[in-house]
Amino acid sequence: MGTVEIRPAPHVRGERTVEKIMLNVVWSLLPICAFYVFQYGVSALASITVVTGACLLTERWLVRTGTQAGNIGDYSATITGLLLALTLPPGFPLWMGAIAGFVAIGLGKGLFGGLGFNVFNPALVGRAFAQAAFPTAIATYTPSFLPGRFTEFIPSSLAWPLMIPADAALWLKAKHLDALAGATPLAKWKFDGVMVGANELVTSLSGHMAVGPSPLLILLCGSYLALRRYLDWRIPMSILGGAAVVAWALFAFNPTHYPNPFFMLFSGGLILGAVYMATDMATSPVTPRGMWLYGGLIGLLTVVIRYYSGLPEGVMYAILIANAATPLIERITQPTPFGKSALAARRGASYPLNPSYISREDAGAVTPKKRILKNKPKRDERRTPTH
Amino acid sequence: MSDVSTTGHWDQFMEGIWRQNPVFVMVLGMCPTLAVTVSAVNAISMGVATTFVLACSCLLVSMMRNVVPKEVRIATYIVIIATFVTAVDYIIQAISLALYDALGAFIQLIVVNCIILGRAEAHASKNRPAVATYNALGMGVGFTIGLLALGSVREVLGAGTLFGVSLFGANFQPWVIMVLPPGGFFVLGAWLLFFAWHARRKERQLREAGQHA
Amino acid sequence: MSAEHLPIDQAPATPTGAMIRTLGLVSAICGLIIVGAYQGTYDAVAANKRIAMERAVFKVVPAAKSIEEYLAKADGGIAKAGAETPAGAIRFFAGYDEAGKLVGVAAEGSARGYADIVRVMFGYDPACQCVRNIGVVSMRETPGIGDKILVDRAFLENFKELDARLTADMKALANEIKTVKHGSKTGAWQIDAIAGATITSRAVGRAINDTAQALLPRLAPNLDKIGSKS
Repeated sequence: MGTVEIRPAPHVRGERTVEKIMLNVVWSLLPICAFYVFQYGVSALASITVVTGACLLTERWLVRTGTQAGNIGDYSATITGLLLALTLPPGFPLWMGAIAGFVAIGLGKGLFGGLGFNVFNPALVGRAFAQAAFPTAIATYTPSFLPGRFTEFIPSSLAWPLMIPADAALWLKAKHLDALAGATPLAKWKFDGVMVGANELVTSLSGHMAVGPSPLLILLCGSYLALRRYLDWRIPMSILGGAAVVAWALFAFNPTHYPNPFFMLFSGGLILGAVYMATDMATSPVTPRGMWLYGGLIGLLTVVIRYYSGLPEGVMYAILIANAATPLIERITQPTPFGKSALAARRGASYPLNPSYISREDAGAVTPKKRILKNKPKRDERRTPTH
Repeated sequence: MSDVSTTGHWDQFMEGIWRQNPVFVMVLGMCPTLAVTVSAVNAISMGVATTFVLACSCLLVSMMRNVVPKEVRIATYIVIIATFVTAVDYIIQAISLALYDALGAFIQLIVVNCIILGRAEAHASKNRPAVATYNALGMGVGFTIGLLALGSVREVLGAGTLFGVSLFGANFQPWVIMVLPPGGFFVLGAWLLFFAWHARRKERQLREAGQHA
Repeated sequence: MSAEHLPIDQAPATPTGAMIRTLGLVSAICGLIIVGAYQGTYDAVAANKRIAMERAVFKVVPAAKSIEEYLAKADGGIAKAGAETPAGAIRFFAGYDEAGKLVGVAAEGSARGYADIVRVMFGYDPACQCVRNIGVVSMRETPGIGDKILVDRAFLENFKELDARLTADMKALANEIKTVKHGSKTGAWQIDAIAGATITSRAVGRAINDTAQALLPRLAPNLDKIGSKS
């Protein structure tokens, strides 16, 4: 037709599509969900179903009404739902789970414009909302591997919408279990000074501990994704490394007051957060050096929040803060463009993000001064027709 | 402004309620809007207090519009507004100390509410007292409606009550976030979203009607 | 009329006298309005304040039928309170039963909580030398967490009979009133914190302790002075 099509890079497409990456993440999450259901029974299954369902319905509604770009078939809402369900307690009332799912997709993704435009990890936005709205319910854990977990719901799961869930402590007492059994290892350490053994933490298999899915399993599934290059290994490595270094430094400083770094790494949601949440492609830096910085920041913040705040767990806020810092991290870790000397690189990116650049269309289209490729071919030469 | 002063008083009144609603259209006076709207009663009290100050100061400003030299007009407006805020402060203390405590510093902060200075400067100083008062009353009522829209949602979700009447029984699970500052932002955002959606839909309908015609 | 068509920067300047006259006039009108509002509401405001305070005192000294306001001065003396509180003096309320006999003393303390200062009113029973009841005067603690101090039954149980005995020389409390971690209360002078609301619970303990440490040593030698209604 002779139409000249002008479009920005990339001009070469790889094999990997968004759908393919997301589907692989979903597959890798399934064993973790299965283990979670094995730990907590039918309540966990209901929680995963309802939360994921709420996410998918919200996504469908927002895409239908044109609020958000994207496509329900890209599986990203499924991942958000599964991850959100895994971070909530198994006995979290289902109606609250549905609200958390709605907020996760609506506030965390839809309002920004859909997949790839979101600033924060949607699952964590949903969890942060639930944490702020229902602080009691989200801190109420029940022990894992209870007998009869496949036939009986945890009573708090089935609370009527808008109503206070049933008291888990009473239910545990009726089952002749210590109320403390419902505390997570981190809460036990923070409020009662009790440490849980290492091997229990790693496998989540022994005892009736109130823990999430086994860290070992998460690492296994995560390494599958890392090997297939569906997530960047630098981020989980730097988070775990950062947390370990800070925890170790404090442990070496005062071993009686601070727990050992091993406990820090394998308790709570650190492994899940490091492998599945911080690595969200839309909300983490793309530069390799930025990834190290980003991961280190999350590790540091996690330990600081766990030690010095009123909350027992800090992974969620650490990741959300680092998400917010991602554009800045990318800005200061720009790689040196090819052909530019390392000395000149100090001066920043080739196209600095200054206001005159961003709004140059409004300001009468002044092309920014180019600092690279000084002796590139003249425009006219390139445009010369060759017939 | 001459066209404004010739339109009817009712139009002047309705201006602030719908077309120029201070909360949802102009997005002015956000400080009390976000801070005191944890319950419907607080929202209405704040709205009434602001309406009183708005109407009284606009009336006085309008009455004095021909004697105040423009060099000192801002100083004059601020003194007038501060006067009525001080009066409201005493009146609320006299009515109910509990209400006074609930509204806290935000009564005094009506002085710097930009709706009031904005109305005094942009409208009352250019219009006859009756017109200015109707317009100010409309703005005040519009502000009150805006606060009430926020306050009732936050009270229903945050405490399960509306005007102190329990809606869901004793077993209601309060949404703690709704009575905290973030809840104010969420609810305000949701309302703004709703009005933007409504405006866009109306625009589309108008366009479609135009195409058919 | 021609002045209106001039550009703004060429408009004739307002004479200084006119500006001062206008501002003076406005100030005079505004002054009148303010004074009028103040005078008009003075009685109602004072009555409201008294009712609010009395309600708080009657809540922590339930046996009282009437109250008197006193000052415990820095030199150790006790005097009827006026409108002003001199430096170093502590304001407190003595509650009397129908026969005019002292049944309890109420005082206010404050300490930093999670969000802001927590002000509590507590009732002191001279007969058992203990703190009997508490009420919150003002606080901005997180709803649902910090404000449990108002309703948590186990927490309020601490103030059934909180030990506030003085040392033998009557210089200080025999045991410092202290908030301890949830579940580790051992003495009658300790307050068992609410799990999850430790910071607010601690603020209550500190507020009571600070005021009790200062007030009770001055109050103890003067109890007979305020022992019956004057």
